[in-house]
Amino acid sequence: MIKSLKSAIVLFILLSVLTGVIYPAVVTGLAQLLFFQQANGSLTTDKMGKVTGSSLIGQPFSSPGHFWGRPSATGPFPYNAGASSGSNLGPTNPALIEAVKTRIQALKDADPDNQAPIPVDLITSSGSGLDPHISPAAAEYQISRVAKAHDVKPEILRALIDANTEDRQWGFIGEPRVNVLTLNLALDALH
Amino acid sequence: MTSNSYFQIIVYIVTLLALAKPLGWYMARVYEGESVGLNRLLAPLEALLYRLSGVNPKEEMRWTDYAVSFLIFNLLGVLAVFALQRLQAYLPFNPQGLPGVSSDSAFNTAVSFATNTNWQGYSGEVTMSYLTQMLGLTVQNFVSAAAGMATLVALIRGFTRRNTDTIGNFWVDLTRSTLYILMPLSLILALVLVGQGVVQTFSPYRSVPLIETVSYEQPKLGADGVALQDAAGKPIMESVEAKVQVIAVGPAASQIAIKQLGTNGGGFFNVNSAHPLENPTPLSNFLEMLSILLIPSALCYTFGMMVGDTRQGWAILAAMTLILVALIFVEVPLEQIGNPALASLSVDQSATVSQSGGNMEGKETRFGITNSALWAIVTTAASNGSVNAMHDSFTPIGGMIPMWLMQLGEVIFGGVGSGLYGMLMFAIVAVFVSGLMIGRTPEYLGKKIEAYEMKMAAITILIPPLVVLGGTALAVMIDVGNASVFNPGAHGFSEVLYAFSSAGNNNGSAFGGLSANTPFYNSLLGLAMLFSRYWLAIPVLAIAGSLANKKIVPVSLGTLPTHTPLFVALLIGTVLMVGALTFVPALALGPVVEHLQMIGAK
Repeated sequence: MIKSLKSAIVLFILLSVLTGVIYPAVVTGLAQLLFFQQANGSLTTDKMGKVTGSSLIGQPFSSPGHFWGRPSATGPFPYNAGASSGSNLGPTNPALIEAVKTRIQALKDADPDNQAPIPVDLITSSGSGLDPHISPAAAEYQISRVAKAHDVKPEILRALIDANTEDRQWGFIGEPRVNVLTLNLALDALH
Repeated sequence: MTSNSYFQIIVYIVTLLALAKPLGWYMARVYEGESVGLNRLLAPLEALLYRLSGVNPKEEMRWTDYAVSFLIFNLLGVLAVFALQRLQAYLPFNPQGLPGVSSDSAFNTAVSFATNTNWQGYSGEVTMSYLTQMLGLTVQNFVSAAAGMATLVALIRGFTRRNTDTIGNFWVDLTRSTLYILMPLSLILALVLVGQGVVQTFSPYRSVPLIETVSYEQPKLGADGVALQDAAGKPIMESVEAKVQVIAVGPAASQIAIKQLGTNGGGFFNVNSAHPLENPTPLSNFLEMLSILLIPSALCYTFGMMVGDTRQGWAILAAMTLILVALIFVEVPLEQIGNPALASLSVDQSATVSQSGGNMEGKETRFGITNSALWAIVTTAASNGSVNAMHDSFTPIGGMIPMWLMQLGEVIFGGVGSGLYGMLMFAIVAVFVSGLMIGRTPEYLGKKIEAYEMKMAAITILIPPLVVLGGTALAVMIDVGNASVFNPGAHGFSEVLYAFSSAGNNNGSAFGGLSANTPFYNSLLGLAMLFSRYWLAIPVLAIAGSLANKKIVPVSLGTLPTHTPLFVALLIGTVLMVGALTFVPALALGPVVEHLQMIGAK
């Protein structure tokens, strides 16, 4: 019994060192060597080398001149990448329906002439609160507002959206999606 | 459902089943002590571990010694994870300067990771230091999975051995599972995930500028750090402008790889695999989802090989796969239909080439409906519990199916090792029931199933429902239990039932709205996890010991074959009958009521 306890303690310590120190250290070393960009948060930089954000983490946008991302439920402000969170609102919770109505109103107020139905991902909050993407439909819906704000032709915006759209991976996995941050960075670079 | 949706699901199932045989073959060789390709590299390390710890790898254990070793090892794990959390403020690798974790939360998390549940009452990026994540949680991700696999192998030996009272050596099974199976697979998966964008660094959180600044209100703090209050006792708010975004990073990939492969499921970040830095691309999602069921499905083949008849393993795998596939094709359409309450609001929920549509609340754009719903089924079939979408925001029945999969006892693939040993308990019950029907002494794999085995198997099947229903009843009867409920009405009851279904079957997924990080839930759910893990593992080891003692009965005309479609149907029937009859009343009160309210609302 005592011998078995000693074996247990020593083996526990050895396996802890192996799986809790050596293994993560080896992965970190190889990751930094092989995939430096990805291992450190996929940060994007401008031409001057200044960090402009992370291509995997969305940012809050609410001005008419930018494309808006998914609503975010993080606190205390949306897209707080230090504290990811979903809304956890249930499908029949009146608070969910109220939140959706408010978001629809905000979209309509910003672009009163747009009568198209609103793509669902644009008015429902994402799982992480940090979703960097919207659907191509949600980007298309916003073209008329952004075009008016910048007084540019919709075709130019459509080309920008295409350039920032990723198709399904390998042609069939996941969903097609538009990266809102890189799209808005490209939009700002137009001027 | 779109044709692409069908295609993605079929590719997933086919890939999973195609890998069962090669990996299952490899694992059988590992457990039978035979040479595998990695021997040259790992055998010296393995020998060193035994020498330093004074383990004699040739020594055989009776089932009681095996169980005691298992318990001692788990107790050490609980103590270590508890201590690391409490002391992390004074320890290195804590770049954010996070304080020690409260004692009730530390207890809950320590139990949660040692029992392979990985329920998360805490929020990773604001609670756990890098050291706690690695030396506490990652270690338990490995060894709790390895302990489950060891228990399964001991049970298999019970079937294959005769007239002996030993079932193997726990330390050897534990070490070999970790070294030869979990570590190599995790290393490969972790690096592939980093390539897709999962972070892996010891640096502090990154700060990046926001293109559009955001202003928000927060309570004003006095000089002493306490929130100021006005005359009416309300907190005084001040307006703050956020100009930068702090991005939580850390050594995530190494932990996520084993979190999936070991059916653990505890996320590095709060939102688990919905977080873009934990699961950045559709491909990372596919690989993580594949890893969840990879070892549980391959272990079926390992089982078949070790008992000398691979058809036995395929039959079990067939029963699991049939239930899994059936539920996938119920779940995806439920989420794809969307929320009827939004239909009247000029919202487009239809699936088109340019959007996935459906019930997108709590789901990520890159995964859409198909991969969120598929993940929900996969993670709750296995006792994994990681999420890539918020289950609390699923449609009522869409949330009920994952909950029911847990309630079935985590035997549809289930946890690594624990899923198959749980399923073998159901197989024992199935042969017993059919033995009664045809008037023969029940046998399974040449061993007579007698009163002792039936008692133990019945315990393993009855304990989880007792814990789940008893815990839920207690929590909803008292104020402190109801105070944590977030969503109103029937959905609130579902939140509590889901929590106990998850803890009481060692799954770990959650309806995240429930504020479970309270002394009440931390304690009660912690106890639920302990009961369900050990009151299952110990009777299973007792059966292993009892079976090893028996002689092998030769196959006769009266033997019920256990590799046929008939037996697969019997097994499925046993699992579904127990699961359905036990939980239908409780489910009727939560998700079913909510569904009726949702479709009946005008």
